Amino acid sequence: MTQPLNISLTRRYRFSASHRLHSAKFSEEENHRLYGKCSNPHGHGHNYALEVTITGPVDPATGMIANLGDLDPFVGREVLEAFDYRYLNEEVPEFQTSVPTTEIVTREIYRRLSKFPKARVERVRIEETSNNSFEIVEESPVNVKTTA
Amino acid sequence: MIRVTRKAEFSASHFYHNPNFSAEENRRIFGKCNNPHGHGHNYVLEVTVAGEPDPDTGMVLDLKELKDILQREVMDRMDHRHLNYEVPELAGQIPTCENIAAVIWRLLEPKITKGRLDRVRLYESPDLFADCTAEASGAKDGDRGPQHTGAQP
Repeated sequence: MTQPLNISLTRRYRFSASHRLHSAKFSEEENHRLYGKCSNPHGHGHNYALEVTITGPVDPATGMIANLGDLDPFVGREVLEAFDYRYLNEEVPEFQTSVPTTEIVTREIYRRLSKFPKARVERVRIEETSNNSFEIVEESPVNVKTTA
Repeated sequence: MIRVTRKAEFSASHFYHNPNFSAEENRRIFGKCNNPHGHGHNYVLEVTVAGEPDPDTGMVLDLKELKDILQREVMDRMDHRHLNYEVPELAGQIPTCENIAAVIWRLLEPKITKGRLDRVRLYESPDLFADCTAEASGAKDGDRGPQHTGAQP
């Protein structure tokens, strides 16, 4: 019997954005202590790299889990247009009430991308700099199995 | 358990075409990948083997041996080849990153005798890669690997 395999596909995107780590719940002194230079009132920016991993059966007619012709515009619409060359704190509504640490940014991007209709988004990983990365992995649904 | 990863690079050409689709459908679904003259990539392959280090050698497996297996099973078959025409294991399949990774898994898995094959990762470009792993044991039967379409370019 042929061994059953799991295949996933990961696509890497980039966006550049500015943010500021600052919470109204803390005093200025506490913000400074907690977030350091990331709390600079004028914000600062990063070249973020975004990795999106999809899984699911490989369609035998196309050889694909999902067509990049569908994934790329979806990620473009849901994330890149909203985040690229933006000040995240001011221009992404979800970050007006939360601190856009890259943990929170990753979670928001995962929330947006999990609606991808063509395949399951299993993992979202963000590199904030070449030294820092963050990822969310969807917990595998137990006993859920799809076939081509 | 330790994971050991060996990297190898090969260059190959391919194109995507399913003879069951009309010319218009092929263009719409596969875009510029449908160009009948083909195009190429520098593929980067990462092969991960998992196991316990042998107490005498300190190795999960001899990386030189793994290098030779990759050379024989993958490089000799795929490097500087046209994947649609020259790799029988891919015949009848669209040579996408997903399908090539699965073919490489099936070529390598029986050859790895020390440790076990844990993951095949195949980069088509720095911005696109497929991962192939064994489905967790205990899963229901059924093969989610690539299936043949009968497609011939």
